[in-house]
Amino acid sequence: MMPKTPLSFTLNGSETALFVDPGANLLDTLRRGAGDLTPKLGCAQGTCGACTVLIDGEPHLSCLTLAETVEGRDIATTGGLADGPDLHPLQQAFMEGFAAQCGFCTAGMLMAAKALLDRRPNPSRDEVIEAIGGNLCRCTGYEPIVDAILTAAARMQGRSA
Amino acid sequence: MSLTVNTVATLRDAAYALNDRARYLGGGTLLMRAVNYGDQAFDTIVRSRETDRTIRSEGQGIRIGAGATMTDLLASRDAEALHPVARVIGGPAVRNMATVGGNLFAAPPYGDLATAFLALDATVQMADGQSMPMESFLSARARSRGLVAAVMVPRTGPQEFRFAKVTRIKPKGVSMMSIAARLPGAGGSLGDVRLAFGTMGPMPLRAKAAEQALRGRSLTEDGIREALRVCCDGLQPGTDELASEWYRREVAPVHLKRLLLGRGR
Repeated sequence: MMPKTPLSFTLNGSETALFVDPGANLLDTLRRGAGDLTPKLGCAQGTCGACTVLIDGEPHLSCLTLAETVEGRDIATTGGLADGPDLHPLQQAFMEGFAAQCGFCTAGMLMAAKALLDRRPNPSRDEVIEAIGGNLCRCTGYEPIVDAILTAAARMQGRSA
Repeated sequence: MSLTVNTVATLRDAAYALNDRARYLGGGTLLMRAVNYGDQAFDTIVRSRETDRTIRSEGQGIRIGAGATMTDLLASRDAEALHPVARVIGGPAVRNMATVGGNLFAAPPYGDLATAFLALDATVQMADGQSMPMESFLSARARSRGLVAAVMVPRTGPQEFRFAKVTRIKPKGVSMMSIAARLPGAGGSLGDVRLAFGTMGPMPLRAKAAEQALRGRSLTEDGIREALRVCCDGLQPGTDELASEWYRREVAPVHLKRLLLGRGR
C-alpha cells in the first residue's frame, strides 16, 4: 500500500491539514477528507463544471486537480460563501430568481460567477455567459442563472438590476 | 489502480523520470481524467516543481513554454495571433488549467491549439534539447516518451492567420472539426499556404492538396474552388458522437469556404 502524502492548504479561510492518497484529486480530498460536500462530482472529465472551486481566486476544476498541487494554496468553495446566516449576494439572487432547479450544477455556477464578479464587478450579459461557459445545467435553466448573476452584480454595486 | 506520484525539482529531472509506465502532469485536464477513469496504461505520475509558463519573442517568432496555460496565452500580447484559438478552448476553469504542452497530446475532439500550431509551421522543443517540426511531432506523438519544453511559433501577421472551430453547441462546445490556415498574401496572390484540420483524423492533419491548389490563387469563389474540391484528400475523419465520417467530409468544404472567404456564421 502506497504511503499517504501530508497536505495543507487554506479552505475558505481556515487552515486545513490532512493526508491524501497518491493520485487523489482535489474534489475527493475536499469531500471525503475535509468534509466539504459543496463541490459536486459530475462528469469527472472536465466537461460539466459541477466541481468548480477557486484556487488562489481563479476557477479550477477540482476533479482534474491533483490534490498534491494545492499545497499551501488558497481554496474557496461554495461552502464558504455565506457569512453565518447571511447568504452571499449570488446565493440570495439564485434563490430569489429560481436559478436552481435540481441544484446539482449550482455550486459550480456560483464559484464560476464569483470568480467573474471578483474580477469584473459590472459584467455584461455576454461576459456572464462566457464565465459560466464551462458549467453545464442539465435542467437547461440558463436564463435565470444569467439573470441572477447580473442581479447579484448590480446589488453588490449598489445598483438596481 | 495503485498510483505513485513522483515529484521532481526540474523539468530535466522530469524528462529523466518518464518511462512507458509514467505520465507527466501538466495542467491535469488530460492526465487526471485518465486517472479518474481508471486508465491502466500508467502507474506513475511525474510532476515537476519547475514549470515554464513564459511567452516571449525570440528570433523571428515567439517561444511559448509548455507549461503556459490558455489563460496565459490570452494575457500575452506576443501570442495575439493565437487568441482566437485559446478563447474557444473550454470555459475559464479549463483555460486556467490546460497547458500548451498538453494540447499537443490531446486526442480528438480536443487539440484545437495543436491544429493551429500545425498550420503556423511551429516547432516543438523537447526537454533534451531536440527540436522537431510540429507535423513530425504530431505524427509520432503516440510513441513519444520525451517531455515537451516549449513551442516555437513563427511570427505571423493577424491577417495571415485564420481559425475556425465548428461545434454542434452554441455558444461553445467541443470541435466537430477545427480549421487553421496560414494565408500569406491573403490580400492578393497567395503564397506558401498551410492548411490544417483538427478532429479530421487521429491527430491534426494538413490538407496538402488544398494547400497546393491555393498557391498563386486569390481568396475568391473561383480562386478557392479547386481547394474546396480536394480539401479532404489525405484526411482521415472518423465517426463519433458528434458526427459521422460522411457528414464531416460533406461539410468540410462548406466550413473551409466560410473561413477562406471570411464569412463567419
